[in-house]
Amino acid sequence: MLQTAQRSSKRSISKKAPPHERFLEAFRWMLLARTLEEKLVSLYRGGLITGGVYVGRGQEAVSVACGLFLQKGDVFAPLIRDQAGRSAFGEPLVDVARTYLGSRQGPMRGRDGNIHRGRPRDGQFAMISHLGAMISVAVGALMAKRFKGEKNFVGLTCIGEGGMQTGSAHEGLNIAAVEQVPLVVVATNNHYAYSTPNEREFACHDLVDRAKGYGFEGHTIDGTDLANCLDVIGGAVQRARAGRPPQLVVASILRLSGHGEHDDASYVTEEIKREPFARDCLKCTEKTIVDLNLAGTETLREWREDAAAQVDRAISTAQKEAAPEADEEDWRAISMRDLVDQVE
Amino acid sequence: MSITYLEAIREAQAKLLRDDDRVFIYGQDVGGSFGGAFKATKGLAKEFPGRVLNTPISEDAMVGTAIGAALEGMRPIVEMQFADFSSTALNQILNNAGTHYWRTNVPVPITVRLPSGGTKGSGPFHSQSMESLYAHYPGLIVMTPATVEDVYTMLIEAVAIDDPVVFCEHKYLYYHLKADKLPTEGLPTGQARIAREGRDLTIVAYSAVLHECLAVAEQFAREGFEIEVVDLRSVKPLDTDTVLASVARTGRLLCVGESFPWGGATAEVIARVTSEGFHLLDAAPQRINARDTPIPYHPNLWAAHRPNAKTIAAKARNLLQE
Repeated sequence: MLQTAQRSSKRSISKKAPPHERFLEAFRWMLLARTLEEKLVSLYRGGLITGGVYVGRGQEAVSVACGLFLQKGDVFAPLIRDQAGRSAFGEPLVDVARTYLGSRQGPMRGRDGNIHRGRPRDGQFAMISHLGAMISVAVGALMAKRFKGEKNFVGLTCIGEGGMQTGSAHEGLNIAAVEQVPLVVVATNNHYAYSTPNEREFACHDLVDRAKGYGFEGHTIDGTDLANCLDVIGGAVQRARAGRPPQLVVASILRLSGHGEHDDASYVTEEIKREPFARDCLKCTEKTIVDLNLAGTETLREWREDAAAQVDRAISTAQKEAAPEADEEDWRAISMRDLVDQVE
Repeated sequence: MSITYLEAIREAQAKLLRDDDRVFIYGQDVGGSFGGAFKATKGLAKEFPGRVLNTPISEDAMVGTAIGAALEGMRPIVEMQFADFSSTALNQILNNAGTHYWRTNVPVPITVRLPSGGTKGSGPFHSQSMESLYAHYPGLIVMTPATVEDVYTMLIEAVAIDDPVVFCEHKYLYYHLKADKLPTEGLPTGQARIAREGRDLTIVAYSAVLHECLAVAEQFAREGFEIEVVDLRSVKPLDTDTVLASVARTGRLLCVGESFPWGGATAEVIARVTSEGFHLLDAAPQRINARDTPIPYHPNLWAAHRPNAKTIAAKARNLLQE
């Protein structure tokens, strides 16, 4: 796709049709996610964020495609590197800022932080750290929609090649197919589970081969190629919505950051950094935009400024808000007040 | 008419399925004509098509699925085939369901049924009592019904509760315990019951061992001792007030539970009574639990592993003589 785009750009400078109808919209979500996460990193380095910062640098093309094709009434259970997808699905930027900065007005109110956030009532599920656990949760939500007689809904959940090796992921994938729910599972192989490379993670030729074993339809994508991500993940969402079996999409990328910002990723080899999947998807997308003249330099600059302004607004809003106070916390882990165990 | 503890569980589920469209039952072998390893769902799949569903042997995914369904407004009941196997679903129960309300402000109304406790010959992996483990974690209600009436009303109550409930039903009581009829209402969750009144010693118990304690109390009554027996009904929330009020009357406390001895429900009761009611005690409080080994297979060993009338009576006698 990219090569074709490069060739055509040399022949003409006139505007071309984008390689996918939502290409530019997707790019802007990617840009917003990258801008936001760069800001979060700088706040973290300045000591202004407690706990970790986990970014999706290099994964934005896959992630945006995960959120972009979902609608109201769908279910999205994202994972650690899905800022682009979360934003595209409708997560307000200020939710991110409030959660990272511990504002009491955020959805997690200082009770949980960073990427552990969501609004379950809006179909944005809040991940737990234990990998694979959210697949079956998405399955259950889809079963409930079917019980309730809802139509035309779909669920999408994200996982990495690391999480794919858990027992929980195995059980979740299997039960999804047994229940024949309209689920898309996007597994992004970023080639490291924290510091552990693929060869110590799994021994099958390609994770997509597992699709057949589970009764899923399987697809692979180049996670650095936005058009490919949009085509394949968009297609998988459409197929699941249309009643096809659950869909497994396996994307290949390189994580262009540490596991978290505390991690210098010194274990990433120079050799792997030269692989085609190690390209920066944001740069690749921008190059396509320029090569195909899908947007001018001025427009790109405006988009960047707009992203930066949105991020600044969200951060400054959260920074002005009060932190939670221990003596105002009600310290109740259940919703039914009269059933709280009174432990001194 | 006579109804067993097990039949009461089935009847409660039938009523729940009949009265509430949000309820479905999810577990291994619960569906079809089989109706569960213990027949707690016998006939329900036929009576309620599509709502009593067999699952793969996937405890983690069973609970995960229930959590997702609950978030979308359903009231799932998960049947673990044996309480012991819920260990492979601990992550979903403790870390997902148990943390969810606290984290997101959205409660997770699931009920996880655990066929609990020892029956002879069942061995280390089909005999466990896990109430103390679940009660240790925040965010869960842990019910331990000891009577036919309670198992019926409390299961109905469990499904009505907006938070996750771990429902420890005792396998030993399934067939042994009978009642004349099912009640229309029970005590509220979190309220203990005085199962037998007395003035000389308080025995606090729950689930199957309650009946051993009542038998011991009966035996001591012939010698002129009046033992009060408190049935906790739920170990979380734990009705400290009723226990303290009883100890205030008797001055002596023995706690009996079937889970392993380190920590646990009996230790919790004693900790609360000694810290809040030390002045009420005329003797050091005692407790009896299962032994600190895996649960043995052979009936001779099994009978000596869990609290029984003999060990309870011996402790009670020591306390009464102090």
